Amino acid sequence: MIQVEHLVKRYGGTAFALDDVSFEIGEGEIVGLLGPNGAGKSTAMNILTGYLSTTSGRAVIGGVDILENPLAAKKMIGYLPEQPPVYPDMTVTEYLRFVYELKGCSFPRDRHLADVMAAVKITDVSQRLIRNLSKGYRQRVGIAQALIGDPKVIIFDEPTVGLDPKQILEIRNLIRKLGKAHTVILSTHILAEVQSVCERIIIINHGRIIANERAEDLARVIEDNTHFRYAIVGDKTAVVAGLRGVQGVKSVTPMNEREGDAACYLVEGARGTDVRRGVFRVCSERNFPILSITTVGDDLESIFIRLVDRSDKETKSR
Amino acid sequence: MLAIYKRELHAYLTSAIGYAFIALFFAVSGGVFVYTTLYSGTASPGNYYSYMLIFFVLLLPILTMKSFSEERKLRTEQLLLTAPVSIPAMVAAKFLAAMTVFTACMTLCSCSFLLLARYATVRAAMVFGNLIAILLVGGAFIAIGLFVSALTENQLAAAIGTVGIILIFFVVSFLNSFIPVYWIRFVLSGVSIFSRFGNFTQGAFDFSALLYYLSVMFVFLLLTGRVYDRRRYR
Repeated sequence: MIQVEHLVKRYGGTAFALDDVSFEIGEGEIVGLLGPNGAGKSTAMNILTGYLSTTSGRAVIGGVDILENPLAAKKMIGYLPEQPPVYPDMTVTEYLRFVYELKGCSFPRDRHLADVMAAVKITDVSQRLIRNLSKGYRQRVGIAQALIGDPKVIIFDEPTVGLDPKQILEIRNLIRKLGKAHTVILSTHILAEVQSVCERIIIINHGRIIANERAEDLARVIEDNTHFRYAIVGDKTAVVAGLRGVQGVKSVTPMNEREGDAACYLVEGARGTDVRRGVFRVCSERNFPILSITTVGDDLESIFIRLVDRSDKETKSR
Repeated sequence: MLAIYKRELHAYLTSAIGYAFIALFFAVSGGVFVYTTLYSGTASPGNYYSYMLIFFVLLLPILTMKSFSEERKLRTEQLLLTAPVSIPAMVAAKFLAAMTVFTACMTLCSCSFLLLARYATVRAAMVFGNLIAILLVGGAFIAIGLFVSALTENQLAAAIGTVGIILIFFVVSFLNSFIPVYWIRFVLSGVSIFSRFGNFTQGAFDFSALLYYLSVMFVFLLLTGRVYDRRRYR
């Protein structure tokens, strides 16, 4: 449904926002686009929706090149930008009617609008001015706008920002439901969201794709290191120096967390070794009480952080 | 395109700025009409339209200042630019909406001459000719206003910028008489919007002037479209 080939985007001729990005998304797939701030996610989505042009490369939506035939390609896309594009001086119904006409839809208007409003649960505010709606409602009006015209491809940029936990669950369910008949791209910072909704995850950092895997395969992308989170009482530099001296320890990184008077450290052991005995011995010799040890598992969050860290290091060394 | 046109008209007719424009326009027109006809004891429309033209420098930027700048500020331009509507259609829709409000105001105000016709001889053809000419000059100013509005997300900056550019066109006609070099004078009078208007106030219908106003309109609308194209390719 979506083919992106060797996409390059430079801003101001120098800085790369996207650097040779290629991926393919099949019909009915729900794909999560992940990456730190400024990684190029929004740029990628803006190109896919025809809002920005490319420096080189091409993006094809449903067989139509967005640069060659933008109007036909845009007809297939529903887009919710980071900030919902709503007019505060219109009522919800007026606004959705405007979007309906803007997209040149042809099916029965009132029924379609009623269906969309029911799907995102905004029927009760349909006659209210958008100016007077809460952030959560505005966000849902933004989602409704993307669904109008029943587009084949739906692109959501941070769809659950500003919603309360119950609304977040509802929107995630809605996205899952949409994924049955539509191709959905979801950009988000919230890893749990990607994990619960997306079938595939594309991680972007510094304008490059650093992972493009099914959610459950993502762990395999990372080397099988052994990571532990320690909470240890004692002088930070002395603890780090002590831990670094333990055989098999590859790295010790102080974390921004505390447990009472203990500081937390991420200890990475070499493959095939268990550094916990060594760490215990060193800490007891030097009188650094260990308050807790947690195995840092291969949850999405740690995979994401490790992938991004690794790609940061690679970018620096290049 | 029709959707954007309707939405723009809706915005003019539901916002304070739209009503402020209409109210100011009518007030200014009423004042100018009384001064140029009743006080001056003449039924010739020339002076009325020339004075209105001067007030356009301040009036028309009110109409155009938020056209594109507010879309940019609210991020609603993302909706327009990702919808299946081309950039020229978007610019045209916004231009036509502003033109509709302006034309309605100007035409209604010109009806004052109908009233005057009960007491004096008003040359209808002259009123009509002046009206067409002033609508075209207004159109050129609106195109300039839209262009400046597309450059910034600050409405006030858009208004001031528009006044600035229109003033340049204005000053050009006055500077003219002070410049001793013939060819500079020739070029300046060529680009002066105001000196070309003089023919209409005298009752002559100047087609080259009409063509000139249409060209200014077209060039600035084209430039507005280019602003959006450029932003896509920046």
